[in-house]
Amino acid sequence: MRIRTAGVVAVLGLALAASGCGGSGSDKPAAKESATKATGGKLVIWADDKRTAALKPFADEFGKENGVTVEVQAVSKDLQTNFVTASQQGSGPDVVVGAHDWIGNLVQNGAIDPVQLAAEQKSAFNETAIKAVTFNGQLYGVPYATENVALIRNTELAPEAPKTIEELVQTGKKLKAEKKASEILCLQSGQNGDAYHIYPLYTSGGGYLFGTAANGDYDPKDLGVGKPESIAAFQKIAKLGEKGDGALKRSITGENSIATFTGKKCAFLVSGPWAIADAKKANIKYDISPVPGFAGGKEAQPFVGVQAFYVAAKGKNKALAQEFVTNYVTKPELAVALYQAEPRPPALTAAFDQVKGEDPDLAKFQEAGKNGQVLPAIPAMAAIWDPFGKAEAAIIGGADPAKTITAAGKTIAGQIK
Amino acid sequence: MSTSLSGPGSATQAPGREPVRSGLPRKSRTARNHAPITATGLVVKVVLLGLVAGIAIWAAFPLIEAEHWIGLGILAVTTAVLFYLYLGRRHIPAKYLVPGTIFLIAFQVFPVLYTASTAFTNFGDGHRGSKQDAIVAIQTSSVKQVPGSTEYSLSIATKGDDPATGALVFLLSDPKTKEVFAGDAGGLRKLDPGQVEASSLTGKVTAADGYTVLNIGQASVRSKEITDLIVPTSGGAIRSNGLTRAYEGKAVRAYDAGCDCVKDTETGKTWTADAKSGAFVAADGERLTQGWKVNVGLKNFSRVLTDPNISRPFFGTLLWNFAFAIGSTGLTFLLGMAIALALHSPRMKGTNLYRVLLILPYAMPSFAMLLVWRDMFNTDFGLVNNLFGLGVDWFGQAWSARAAVLLVQLWLGYPYMFLVATGALQAIPRELTEATSVDGASPWQSFRSVTLPLLLVALSPLLIASFAYNFNNINAIWLTTEGGPFPADNPTNGATDLLITYTYRLAFGAQGAEFGMAAAVSIFIFAIVATVSAISFRRTRKQEEVYS
Repeated sequence: MRIRTAGVVAVLGLALAASGCGGSGSDKPAAKESATKATGGKLVIWADDKRTAALKPFADEFGKENGVTVEVQAVSKDLQTNFVTASQQGSGPDVVVGAHDWIGNLVQNGAIDPVQLAAEQKSAFNETAIKAVTFNGQLYGVPYATENVALIRNTELAPEAPKTIEELVQTGKKLKAEKKASEILCLQSGQNGDAYHIYPLYTSGGGYLFGTAANGDYDPKDLGVGKPESIAAFQKIAKLGEKGDGALKRSITGENSIATFTGKKCAFLVSGPWAIADAKKANIKYDISPVPGFAGGKEAQPFVGVQAFYVAAKGKNKALAQEFVTNYVTKPELAVALYQAEPRPPALTAAFDQVKGEDPDLAKFQEAGKNGQVLPAIPAMAAIWDPFGKAEAAIIGGADPAKTITAAGKTIAGQIK
Repeated sequence: MSTSLSGPGSATQAPGREPVRSGLPRKSRTARNHAPITATGLVVKVVLLGLVAGIAIWAAFPLIEAEHWIGLGILAVTTAVLFYLYLGRRHIPAKYLVPGTIFLIAFQVFPVLYTASTAFTNFGDGHRGSKQDAIVAIQTSSVKQVPGSTEYSLSIATKGDDPATGALVFLLSDPKTKEVFAGDAGGLRKLDPGQVEASSLTGKVTAADGYTVLNIGQASVRSKEITDLIVPTSGGAIRSNGLTRAYEGKAVRAYDAGCDCVKDTETGKTWTADAKSGAFVAADGERLTQGWKVNVGLKNFSRVLTDPNISRPFFGTLLWNFAFAIGSTGLTFLLGMAIALALHSPRMKGTNLYRVLLILPYAMPSFAMLLVWRDMFNTDFGLVNNLFGLGVDWFGQAWSARAAVLLVQLWLGYPYMFLVATGALQAIPRELTEATSVDGASPWQSFRSVTLPLLLVALSPLLIASFAYNFNNINAIWLTTEGGPFPADNPTNGATDLLITYTYRLAFGAQGAEFGMAAAVSIFIFAIVATVSAISFRRTRKQEEVYS
């Protein structure tokens, strides 16, 4: 009796196990593959939610044309960290889509390989975009879009584009006195600052982050934060702060700055192409111009960021990934589709020219970013964001610029290896 | 584990057979008498053991693929032990204990040991893999196109007719001269134009005598071999770039095992491996970005204790951390208990409605609520200031930020305390309080000497748990103040920073993540929380002895 029970259990258990494991893992993908009749290899692409949707049709087309399976997987949170961890364990994708300032970290973790573009392919791209994806003299990604902040203004409240930040403050103050607006300028800071958005004013005041090394890359050994130039720049910024003109405020955060602008509470917004959809939805009459600098100061240079495709170093199908990234992503059609998913200026000149006609904002954004600085991709940049932003917030709140920036410079220098 | 569970003599005994005569016959007979085999029991057993086998097989494939033989061994032994235990009728206590023990090992013991072992390494960004990985990455990322070399258009082909197994050959055509070459590991050979068919547009080879040209689908299956195939030339080597183009490239940096260093052939600079820091370091102190994971001994721990950036604000942060954990727990407990007492009164009407309303904050996701509260404390646009006509810069000043954080915690946490206090109150017999009032005690006296102590006996473990949770409550701080406000001269340590948010910033805020450092700090935090909890539990036990 007992033997029989054990036997029944064992046999049934094994049967269930066999059916269970068959159903769970190996059968399904195989079935899918045969359905799309792909006999070739498989290419896995990781991107964020928005881009996944835009990439899907092109990935499918690439798969059909070449008889391979292409899977585009959305990673909605912490794409960079997830990619580094997964590729370390050998379960990463073949291609990843992300911002160019990831490059430093991805390279130090050996997660991406350089890509080789022919000279004529390179020349099809916007020069800044190619510079952004170049790290240690090597090209590490194929760019598809650029982005930078500009001054977006409500033309009903402020018909003229201000030439200097002083002019902007004057107009803003007048609007405030007339009760037409409650804020002078919507430039997001929050309690912990925002280095990305304050950067044009910082450069206009004369500050810099990193010097340039002999090979044209940023040099982490020449740190500009804490130098006299940076203190001078923040002294000018402090005058715009809460204890000065009140144009910069810590209560304006990343969450409320665009909403405050579309709610017509401020006439000026410093933001990027991602703010345009909201402005259109709120039926705001707007125009876009470069972020103005201080009167008599240097040029206000925004950061230029680039979105790019990377070939994973530990991907299972590297040859196919290279084929996709260097020969397929460089086609203007894909760049246009990605633009339609999220309106950022395409990095391919041909694609940019194609969409420029129907979207005048693009040209204006690119104009605003023409003198911009490529966002540093060196790993040392990661040490800048937090202390720099906090120093900015403290100074906007009224702290002494010299003391604050010197301390921030020391903290940053201590974290750079 | 396996040795302790399979008792002596069991190896000779097939599972499920009659027990050995010498081994506890009385016990097993009673067990058999008391537990007849039911259909439900059998089905449950089949399903559960089937699941075990299913999970084991599912987990085995990745382990085999990764050649993780130790992991596979552990998996096999665990599965075998489980089957042995549950298919037999003996080892009754083990049947109860083993599942819990396995989960304990998998979800508690293993993570703790893993964290502890990480604390002795430099594991983090730039130091994730092995030295071999770093060398491969350095060499691959230094491959540069030979200046002035030709960009070939490439067709992948095999010798013979079998696209799946034939030896791979690169058919390369020079776009300018239209010359066609065949290249493999042996080098480059020019092909006779008469043997080759090429596209007139791109010059790409479409067919060649003696070779089978693969399409992209066929070639993509052999991706690894294609990437590894390097055709040596005089100036460097021809490598594939995707499946349709090839270029002549040269790895500028190469590892030399003799000197254990990386040499740059262009500049002649060398970087020598430093086993202490897990990086290649040049004579002038420059290090290559790609490093590897090494054992650093107690370095992470000594850094926590000696780095002035960490040790200087440590005690201030620790003090506020205690204040925050005690404040969060104490305030929520007081408010929750007060409401529970009010609703416990027999004279209270509509208690069910109140209870539903009071539990609402608990039902909302705290993650979202914390963000909502953060915006409500905004100086100019926040609800709190607008509602009360205030202009307080809540998160901009140390004490108002601390008060705000505690207020948010109170709102989020009191429904839980209310729930558990209600439950505990209902378990206290009303006769006790009635007896005190008969004896002439005031309601306060009876609460103070009868209800509260009995309540505390039931709730103390929960309060300790709540303390330990809030001690490490990273969300409550990170999603509201992010540890701020920060003093102007120190951006690393803010007024509302807990040890956990502070170390999170230290470990992940700088140049990439430093998991080794983070693990070392979490061991320190673990020691603090464990000490506090141990002391509290000891005191609770004494209290229980008094009141029960």
